Amino acid sequence: MSEEKDFNATLKKLKRLAYFAGFLFILVQIGALFLLYDPELTLLRTGKGSIVTEVKLDEDRIENGIHVRTGLIDAKGLMNVVTNCTNCHSAKLVIQNRMNEERWNATIFWMQKTQNLWDLGSNQKIIVDYLVSNYPVKETGRRSMLTNIKWYELEN
Amino acid sequence: MNRRKFIKKTALTSFTALIGAEIVFGNHMISGYQPLALQKPDPFKLFQKDKQMVILNDKPWNIEAKAHLLDDKITPNNYMFIRNNGIIPKEIDIKNWTLTIDGESVVNKKTYTLAGLKSKFKHHTYQLTLECGGNGRSEFTPPAKGNQWTIGAVSCASWTGIRLKDVLEDAGIKNNAVYIGYHSADTHLSGDPKKEPISRGAPMIKALQDETLLAFQMNGKDIPLAHGYPLRLVAGGWPASVSGKWVERISIRNKVHDGTKMTGTAYRVPCNPVAPGEKVKDEDMCIIESMPVKSLITYPKSGALIKKKETLKIRGHAWAGELEVSKMETSIDFGVTWQKCIIEKPSNRLGWQHFSANIRFPKKGYYEVWARATDMLGKTQPMLLPGWNPKGYLNNACHRIAIKVK
Repeated sequence: MSEEKDFNATLKKLKRLAYFAGFLFILVQIGALFLLYDPELTLLRTGKGSIVTEVKLDEDRIENGIHVRTGLIDAKGLMNVVTNCTNCHSAKLVIQNRMNEERWNATIFWMQKTQNLWDLGSNQKIIVDYLVSNYPVKETGRRSMLTNIKWYELEN
Repeated sequence: MNRRKFIKKTALTSFTALIGAEIVFGNHMISGYQPLALQKPDPFKLFQKDKQMVILNDKPWNIEAKAHLLDDKITPNNYMFIRNNGIIPKEIDIKNWTLTIDGESVVNKKTYTLAGLKSKFKHHTYQLTLECGGNGRSEFTPPAKGNQWTIGAVSCASWTGIRLKDVLEDAGIKNNAVYIGYHSADTHLSGDPKKEPISRGAPMIKALQDETLLAFQMNGKDIPLAHGYPLRLVAGGWPASVSGKWVERISIRNKVHDGTKMTGTAYRVPCNPVAPGEKVKDEDMCIIESMPVKSLITYPKSGALIKKKETLKIRGHAWAGELEVSKMETSIDFGVTWQKCIIEKPSNRLGWQHFSANIRFPKKGYYEVWARATDMLGKTQPMLLPGWNPKGYLNNACHRIAIKVK
């Protein structure tokens, strides 16, 4: 009898263990799914409130080292460039140009002479330093190789 | 039962997460990003451009095509590059739109309504090549300031309008006329109403050509807003900046027009050749007139993998500013040997010409197909970059595509 009792008790224990294991398994699965869709666990951290806080995202927030609003690299002098250089034209115009210090200064002078750019004062050096260090001149010679070729099967 | 329900529920939630994730988060993203996303309208929708077009600049708008997008014989709007210097005019009232002809060398200053122009003067249609003077700028070293165009700032649409010369002659041209200059409705980036974003022009000889139009239609429809609706000067074969958009006034000048981007270094190259990076004084810079000979392989798209025994059909367009292209060649060995292509006559003067060739590759491997056009005066496209100039204009170096034979 006591043997049977013991057996039943063990069975119960085992059952509980099995349920627990099953539950744990499901929990892990949910966790995995959650991680898959929200690897930064933003929902877990802040719940519904997070959406509200996200709506009021900082205009000048930085993601992966880039100032999201303008696409400019986050580095010393960024905000001086944003405030002085993106009023009239897009930051895209800045980013696609590669110039040395002398030519950036000449460009600023030209913008002041002809395009209503204001006197930049002490900001000028900060801006030019930012530009030459973050967007340096690339030497491409008289003809560069074809790069970024996306190969595809041509159906003739 | 409870357990089953639990599992069922969990599964459901998982699936909702799976399927709904993008939408749910998408919604939050949109609301989160709204202040930014809505600041800048979708340019592809706004200008009805193909999604493969490349946006170089969004203030002002500058958008270019890729070589394979320019395969059409007549460039449709969705593949036409946009080069703007200022802000596109916002409200266009075509009923009250007028064109004024004035200037030191006009006999009678005259103002015409749009309807008046359309009814008074004979209509003409020409296919005209418009290429930005800075097309290819991105390849220059040391780099030149400005939008870094690669190869896609060229188009050849069909333009319908009246001849500029008919209107100029109606107002009367004095003997001392030298140049015409246009004035347009776009506004300066700084918001300064006294500044014109661009006001260029052409010497009388170009202004009086049959093909120089005051156009009101592009490819048989009203000109799209970004391309100059309701009235655009179109001067094929010259830097496209001569073809002023949203034209309200044309001045007949007794001197070279001195409007915005006519002077200084704009649309000018050194009168005498200079070393790369050399400083050039303003007075040593000369205005660009006819664009140089050039060509583009528009089919296939670069990066094609083909089988060894296949013949590769290629095609594209070639143009030569004021001139005609008389010879077209391709090379698959980096210029060691050149093979002649078939080159068609243009549909009219100043329209680009179509070329085609069948290419066989001797063995498998990596190849580049290089294309080279020669104009009727014997001038040919260089394989290397042409003469460096401070503003990076007139890069007519050969276009090439990559091919791999398996």
